[in-house]
Amino acid sequence: MTNNDVVFMALSDPTRRRVFERLQSGGLPVGEIARGLPVSRPAVSQHLRVLKAAGLVSDRAAGTRRVYHIDPRGLAAIRAWLDQFWDAAMQAYAEEVARSEGGIS
Amino acid sequence: MTPTIRPAPVRKSVRVAAPAERAFEIFTAGIGRWWPRTHHIGASALETLVIEPREGGRWFERGIDGVECEIGKVLIWDPPSRLVLNWQLNADFTFDPALITEVEVRFIADGKSATRVELEHRDLERLGDRAEAFRQQIDSPGGWEGLLQLFSQSARQTQEQSS
Repeated sequence: MTNNDVVFMALSDPTRRRVFERLQSGGLPVGEIARGLPVSRPAVSQHLRVLKAAGLVSDRAAGTRRVYHIDPRGLAAIRAWLDQFWDAAMQAYAEEVARSEGGIS
Repeated sequence: MTPTIRPAPVRKSVRVAAPAERAFEIFTAGIGRWWPRTHHIGASALETLVIEPREGGRWFERGIDGVECEIGKVLIWDPPSRLVLNWQLNADFTFDPALITEVEVRFIADGKSATRVELEHRDLERLGDRAEAFRQQIDSPGGWEGLLQLFSQSARQTQEQSS
């Protein structure tokens, strides 16, 4: 459980980690996150997409903008754990199907 | 003010070598044969898992001591194409009747003898009330700060190794 590949990969990129760290003191829109970082705003958006897919940040609409947050309740951790769990479970399921069907024919 | 956090659903897709009817049957009636043995909520080792084949049916595990532990309920039973289960385990992996997250499984024919099985576990924000306790359980000292330190260290080591 301590090794979390999805989270690890999301945070393995130094720029992405800096994007993540920018959110530690509170939610920010993309433009604010990009300010002070040596990368373009579209690049920041791309990093945010990866962080979001890993469950590390969430976004919500605030007027016409999207504000990004680190999940303060630890949801990222449980989501990441479930992600790994279902990976293992679905793999085991596919293997069981192969075993069952192989046995019939 | 607490912002409303909606983590993305967990989504998985596997292709299995069986028609949809068989894939559905093995997923449900055969769940005791493939469910990872390492994950059980009862005190004793896992004997089997059961998904009762009807809407409103129970989804539970049975330990070798005979004790049954609820995981959730069957919300939609629509063989061979769709199954929706309620996962009612909280972040401590104990059953909480007030907590409802959904696991939807779709079985999509992929030719005559294969099926694409797509799983989605959603409404994870509802786990939030106990997620803090979970995070402490998973050994990440100091929460985010500790986690970030860990990644910084590991990234540095990687750089040093490659330089």
